[in-house]
Amino acid sequence: MVYIPHTDAERRAMLATIGVADIAALFADIPEKFRYPQLDLPEPLSEMETLQELQFLAGLNLNANTTPTFLGAGAYRHWVPSVVDYVISRGEFYTAYTPYQAEVSQGTLQAIFEYESMICDLTGMDIANASHYDGATAAAEAVIQAYNVFRKKRNKIVLAPTVHPQYRQVIHTYTQGMGLEIVGGDDPTIEIAHLVELVDEQTACLILQTPDFLGQLHDLSGLADAIHARGKDAQFVVITNPISLGLLKPPGDYGADIVVGEGQPLGLGLNFGGPYLGFYATRAQFARQMAGRLVGKTVDIEGKDGYVMTLTTREQHIRRDKATSNICSNQGLMALAATVYMAALGKHGLRKVAELNYHKAHYAADAIDAVEGFSVVRRKPFFNEFVVHCPAPVEEINRFLLEEIEAVEIIGGYDLAQDYPAMANHMLVAVTEMNSRHEIDLLAEALSAFGD
Amino acid sequence: MTEPLIYELSSPGREGVKPPQLDVPESALPQGWLREDLPLPEVSEIDVVRHYLRLSQLNYAIDKGMYPLGSCTMKFNPKINEVTARLPGFTGIHPLQHPDDVQGALYVIYTLQEYIKAIGGFAGVTLQPAAGAHGELTGVLIMRKYHLDRGETQRDTILVPDSAHGTNPASTSMSGLRVVEIPSDARGNVDLDALRSQVCERVAGLMFTNPNTLGLFEEHMEDVIDIVHGCGGLVYGDGANMNALTGIMRPGDAGIDVMHFNLHKTFSTPHGGGGPGCGAVGVAPHLVDYLPGPIVILDPNLDEDDDPYFIFHYPPKSIGRVKAFWGHFGMMVRAYTYIRMLGSEGLRRSAEHAVLNANYLLSRIKGVYPLPYDRICKHEFVVEGRFKDAPGVHALDIAKRLIDYGVHPPTNYFPLIVPEALMIEPTETESRQSLDNYADILLKIAQEAHETPDLLHAAPQNAPVRRLDEVRAARNPVLRYEH
Repeated sequence: MVYIPHTDAERRAMLATIGVADIAALFADIPEKFRYPQLDLPEPLSEMETLQELQFLAGLNLNANTTPTFLGAGAYRHWVPSVVDYVISRGEFYTAYTPYQAEVSQGTLQAIFEYESMICDLTGMDIANASHYDGATAAAEAVIQAYNVFRKKRNKIVLAPTVHPQYRQVIHTYTQGMGLEIVGGDDPTIEIAHLVELVDEQTACLILQTPDFLGQLHDLSGLADAIHARGKDAQFVVITNPISLGLLKPPGDYGADIVVGEGQPLGLGLNFGGPYLGFYATRAQFARQMAGRLVGKTVDIEGKDGYVMTLTTREQHIRRDKATSNICSNQGLMALAATVYMAALGKHGLRKVAELNYHKAHYAADAIDAVEGFSVVRRKPFFNEFVVHCPAPVEEINRFLLEEIEAVEIIGGYDLAQDYPAMANHMLVAVTEMNSRHEIDLLAEALSAFGD
Repeated sequence: MTEPLIYELSSPGREGVKPPQLDVPESALPQGWLREDLPLPEVSEIDVVRHYLRLSQLNYAIDKGMYPLGSCTMKFNPKINEVTARLPGFTGIHPLQHPDDVQGALYVIYTLQEYIKAIGGFAGVTLQPAAGAHGELTGVLIMRKYHLDRGETQRDTILVPDSAHGTNPASTSMSGLRVVEIPSDARGNVDLDALRSQVCERVAGLMFTNPNTLGLFEEHMEDVIDIVHGCGGLVYGDGANMNALTGIMRPGDAGIDVMHFNLHKTFSTPHGGGGPGCGAVGVAPHLVDYLPGPIVILDPNLDEDDDPYFIFHYPPKSIGRVKAFWGHFGMMVRAYTYIRMLGSEGLRRSAEHAVLNANYLLSRIKGVYPLPYDRICKHEFVVEGRFKDAPGVHALDIAKRLIDYGVHPPTNYFPLIVPEALMIEPTETESRQSLDNYADILLKIAQEAHETPDLLHAAPQNAPVRRLDEVRAARNPVLRYEH
């Protein structure tokens, strides 16, 4: 029997020790009418056959890693150094659980401590937790932190319409029982200054994203002061792309109170959307209001350095219904992957990756802008993603790029009309270090053939 | 044995792995927006490999030995799961590609939804929640919205037994509902009289863990469910303990309205040092329309002789999305692989052997370790980690002493209703030798508790570090490396 090591003789001996006649006797307390249902599942396969079936299913998908791809919108095709998968494939890491027994979990605990340190360095913040499920849920927990900081007495949230639409949905889902008023509208062209004007003394926080969902970079100078002044210390929450922080001044330098984002670009594969990683950083003064696990440094009884989970009185297993969140696990293995990624690229490598993204995206924007009928929307500076106004619906162009040019298959950008009805014919194009000049030129050529 | 921080291995100017060369002309960088310093480590690839390999060796893990953390189901993580989840056709797909180009992935999601429906006896399943607690939040929000849609706005209360996981009350209050705790009776069941006294028109539902966190099957399961349904409430099933029930009983058949499954417990996906998991949620027919969107369905516009085609579907009364994209797809591939290899009979036999192993280990230590509820257990059991005639010894000391013997301690100090609790869940993948070894160690420690208690108080002495000062960590938090 798969994965069950018992022999018949062992089973008999064990039942004798327990003092029951058979295994069925162990289930006598389950009402008989429910016992032993026939499950509608297919006949089991051997390991060999299972692998063959999954290879077949995997083969039905178009692999974006090996196809020229310009799709981003919250998940990005980046190069993942080999050392990342090497480390997270070690059984000592991936078959361990939450480090409840610190003495035999120092590997996991120290790696989380390093992760927290690197996230602080990257974002320019004081403290970071051990991670959330993804960028969207980290953003929702940031709203809840702000709500808790004001003891649930402020119920207004200013949410920028250029925050990733799915993150906005998750914020609404998470807070539906809290009676919040979420304002900011859904016009993606609204200036941040106008959003700041919505902040008042009933406001718990303002949330914006930079680079935003449309790829635009926002100047954060002066925003924290304005928000704190208008909203009597209302919190300033910034969602950001961690690769962009290899190059750009971090939100912490601009006075942000909470910085969150999707950690997938830090060495995690596309994986059809998950598992990813929500990173979360804040100021030291909010350590006891934040959600999630925290690892801190301490010493053992001999004075030797070691690491433990700490400030756990915020958490559900201690505080139950008074906890700051219900979150129990973090994204342990994904946080480890991001740590290894940041260590392996390091100070110099991450900067280079960020520059590659920036230069290639700008090269691509110029190349696409030069194609007749296509124009890049340039309201703000951008990092590695930008909006292109197209001469036809994006879905049509994407089908053309993928299917209608001989010997060429390109995965085009994201159709913004799905989220912003006024943005019909607008494509969100992402360019990373994985897009070679050849791929970019191929895209521009293909677009110029559209409509011929 | 201590390992320096990766920062302490740093040498100014040293470079790690090298990104490719720039192959396009440079563009002007936005001056004034650039950061001056990025204080990440400066280490080489071999530094990284050795550092994290050495850290890995400081961990205990299932691949090293028995890891009987109660409520966590630390069963073997099959290696085929890691192979299938890493197939390039799965790892390389972008979540926003056109459905035409990801039909293989959508097939996996759809089929796993169907498998979990079959295993749990439910009418609908979402795989979007990322963890058990996330599934709880999803489930409670579904219950809340169901009542609101029916105009029963006064239903603001969730009943939570005192033996429940801490996530249950936390998920409830996060959903904007209030918690009323229900005590347990002398046999470890939900106290029926207490439950009857609390049911009223304010009750949105009950969060019910069965088998409960004592590892005991609720003897009055049908009464509990009837009482809650009788007042118009719904019953939420905490599926953390489903490893005792696969193929034995379908919770949906017994009237559970909504329940989360932990794919990282019951269906063998690895725990990863604390995640990622997957907290799939199954619902009865009256709640299908409230599931978070999107779920994957067969295209309803297909003709009978068309090839199957899968699409995303947003349930009409959905509570909304609980996560970006579609959930932890990588975990779904692993769970799919596992269920595909076990089938109906394999799942039933897994549950049977999980329960056999727990009862066997319990029989081996019964009489030595106090047992607060002496009944046949399911996949786990709870004993007290204390002895009348060895008053200085606590559950924590026993746990730490187990480390000295090279095995992982059980969950301790949970559930809260048992003093000095040791909660032991061996799982079905442990052999009799492995269980005997663990029982022998527990018996030896019980003897030591009486004869040489200092050994317990001083434990662990055979681990990378001795007992750590948690009070100091909380009083003077050092939460990051200071440059």
